[in-house]
Amino acid sequence: MRATRLLTIAPIAALLLWLPPSAAVAAPRTHVVVIDKMKFGPTPNDVKVGDTIVWDNRDMFRHTATGAKGAFNVDLKAWTKGETVMRRAGRIPFTCKYHPGMRGTLEVKAR
Amino acid sequence: MIKKAALLGIAPLLMFAAPVQAAEGPSDPEIAHIAYTAGAIDVSAGEQALKKSHDKAVRAFAEEMVRDHKAVNEKALALVKKLKVTPADNAVSASLSRDATATSKRLAALDGPAFDRAYLQNEVAYHKAVNGALESTLIPSADNGELKALLETGLALFREHQAHAEHVLAEFK
Repeated sequence: MRATRLLTIAPIAALLLWLPPSAAVAAPRTHVVVIDKMKFGPTPNDVKVGDTIVWDNRDMFRHTATGAKGAFNVDLKAWTKGETVMRRAGRIPFTCKYHPGMRGTLEVKAR
Repeated sequence: MIKKAALLGIAPLLMFAAPVQAAEGPSDPEIAHIAYTAGAIDVSAGEQALKKSHDKAVRAFAEEMVRDHKAVNEKALALVKKLKVTPADNAVSASLSRDATATSKRLAALDGPAFDRAYLQNEVAYHKAVNGALESTLIPSADNGELKALLETGLALFREHQAHAEHVLAEFK
């Protein structure tokens, strides 16, 4: 029984050894954008397609993170977090639909 | 007529419009009272609009006012409690409340688009006046750092509200 299991695992383990180191680096990452005092905080500059953005609303107000051209739309009640996965590369301006003076831009690179 | 009434509503805040030295300005307990009163007035105005208006954009705006101003006022209450400050009633707060009652009565007599327009006009004028008072007097006069920071966040928020009200009003015409 144990031997059988070992036999099935062994080839997978062998394959993993062969994976180039870059594959691990290129795995999707999670970035955080903080919202506080009616402002979007700094946006990360190394976002790639497939990465997740966690929107951390530390304000007492309900906000949204709404990307241009329907790229994403997250509703964020006061003191909550929400997340979106970046689906396409490019420059995505975003705003809060309740407070449109709050703005930011994400640069999403192709993977 | 509408313009005159709207101006009357913001007159008390104009008392504070001219920049003054911090020492001559209102005290922190007075500032807390004025800020809270100003917020509560806009919550009531929003609730009145939600009862009367059938316009989608006006209702969305009113909901935002109720939600945001309630949030600031809850925070303000928590802060005065923490600082052990008792908000002090004063001439400006009293006058604000009096004028708000008059505005609410005036708006109650209107219906449909006439109500919507008058509500939005008042919101633009009111936020402009509150923002002016915050900028020129309330923020510079606040001694406590946390109170000052809350007023600054309030100013950023109310500027958004003013812009939003102007936008909805422009679409409305």
